[in-house]
Amino acid sequence: MGEKIATRAAYGKALVALAEEYPDLVVLDADLSTATMTNGFAKAYPERFFDMGIAECNMVGVAAGLAACGKKPFANSFAMFTVGRAFEQVRNSVAYPRLNVKVVGSHGGLSVGEDGATHQCCEDFATMRSIPGMVVCCPCDGNEMTAAVKALLDYDGPAYLRLGRLAVDTVTDAIPGYKFELGKGVELREGSDAAVIAVGLMVQKALAAAELLAAEGVSLRVIDMHTVKPLDTELVLKAAEETGCIVTTEEHNIIGGLGEAVCACVSGSCPVPVVRHGVEDTFGRSGKAEQVLEHYGLTPEGIAEKVRQALKLKKG
Amino acid sequence: MDAKELHSLTLTAAKVRSLALDAVFAASSGHIGGSLSVADILTVLYFHTMKVDPADPTAPGRDRLVLSKGHTSPALYAALALKGFFPQEELKLFRSIQGHFSGHPDMVHVKGVDMSTGSLGQGISAAVGMALAGKLDKKDYRVYAVLGDGEIEEGQVWEAAMAAAKYHLDNFCAIVDVNGLQIDGATADVMPSEPLDKKFESFNWHVLKVDGHDIEAIAAALDKAATLKDKPTVILAKTVKGKGVSFMENDAGWHGKAPNAEQYEKARAELAAVLEKLEKEGK
Ligand SMILES: Cc1ncc(C[n+]2csc(CCOP(=O)(O)OP(=O)(O)O)c2C)c(N)n1
Repeated sequence: MGEKIATRAAYGKALVALAEEYPDLVVLDADLSTATMTNGFAKAYPERFFDMGIAECNMVGVAAGLAACGKKPFANSFAMFTVGRAFEQVRNSVAYPRLNVKVVGSHGGLSVGEDGATHQCCEDFATMRSIPGMVVCCPCDGNEMTAAVKALLDYDGPAYLRLGRLAVDTVTDAIPGYKFELGKGVELREGSDAAVIAVGLMVQKALAAAELLAAEGVSLRVIDMHTVKPLDTELVLKAAEETGCIVTTEEHNIIGGLGEAVCACVSGSCPVPVVRHGVEDTFGRSGKAEQVLEHYGLTPEGIAEKVRQALKLKKG
Repeated sequence: MDAKELHSLTLTAAKVRSLALDAVFAASSGHIGGSLSVADILTVLYFHTMKVDPADPTAPGRDRLVLSKGHTSPALYAALALKGFFPQEELKLFRSIQGHFSGHPDMVHVKGVDMSTGSLGQGISAAVGMALAGKLDKKDYRVYAVLGDGEIEEGQVWEAAMAAAKYHLDNFCAIVDVNGLQIDGATADVMPSEPLDKKFESFNWHVLKVDGHDIEAIAAALDKAATLKDKPTVILAKTVKGKGVSFMENDAGWHGKAPNAEQYEKARAELAAVLEKLEKEGK
């Protein structure tokens, strides 16, 4: 396993690293540059960085205008505020006119930790997915994030990128032939009894769950679905056909996220049991990030339990 | 204000600071800078101005306070504990998975909190709604909203300001904690918003200005606001972020950072010295 680094940290570094290659890249923030880690870019390229103050709706609108003039804006705040506060600006000023704005939501999910429910956005996949034409991406580790930032710079159109607060193990660097492509999931571990389709930091937990289950004689396939939309339906259907049951896991409400996207995909083409693992339609709470995740069952054991359920459904 | 009340309020404000610091240290997380800047304002509100009863925290006729700059919950929770809404010891569970003191004020689980806040700019709108309800119901309670000077960069604040003026909410008073700092640095650099007095005046508000650490002046301004008719009042309170802890004062770095053990001891000692002196004077 590679270094432990938060995806927001890898993101901040990637912006700086790609700045020369992409002279049209501009970065906006809303008084959270030390948390979203755009502060490195701000320091290195002050003329291409705009701190818009605590005014997320305006920031997204300004990003739309910059994009309309050929810039490649990345607009940053916590997920709760870019996606939550500025939802309608994203919908009507970015996505509807198909402008090339990258809406970035840092501190996605429950792993915000201590700040509590008001800052724990578990609705961003759902809301962003529901906007026509929006790409929704959430890399699981620093290595994948670095590649995703470049891919999003090369992609001309509206997209949402979720970043995580916590330092996480790098797992994708050890995968032979690993290549990042928007809209293409990655099989991180082979398996034939069941497949877990994971996104964000649940990918690492899914790999740990596969270890737990291997001890029980269950062969679990682990898929890293970094792009929630457009969904890699080919990979999902292949897993459905070859394993016969699926568990999805995400640091997000089980309503509207990756789980429902996978359900929609298999139900029409290859109906197999899909058990959704995630936040069970409830608000989060304060606590240390790992404790909060544990409180809501977002653990390897939590995933393993869902896999056991899925296996039963498959047999039944 | 007589000397006795002034002493008592000063002592309470010192306790608010200490308790807020203890809570943030216990959680190793939380927003200390803005809690220290707003401590005197909240103290005067809860211990001089507002009619609230800890034994009946949801009384329909009570005055209401919305901490729109919700991240400074340590100061709010401390003031509520000192007022008697819940035991001070419970604050040890601030931001803890074991407790119910969430990082940002939570009206569902914490007695005395009138509105859940944390997303900047939203609290003032809810406060306008409470003031409107007071007018509708012909009740004479007053509503207070406490905002940060970074927070007022949110457009929603100005939407609320227009609405409060439109409905002549003279039962409503906003207090802005003008400490000049936000997260990314000085408000003057991140998003210049001055002149605030002229902005609020042009939005048809009464405007008062005070030193936000002068307890008598804060109390006098709040008293005066209650007499001003036909328009809402804003009190622009000039403060120092981190007030009372020398190494935290005027440093944006202490916005949302908890002190380590050594820093905590140093900060605690500074606050304890003030407390001790005040307690001696009181005898
Ligand atoms: C809508 C929203 N955007 C961003 C944040 C993150 N945030 C928390 S505190 C803060 C700075 C607040 O500055 P100010 O209002 O001046 O508060 P103070 O200095 O009194 O602590 C920011 C940007 C938030 N809580 N809500």
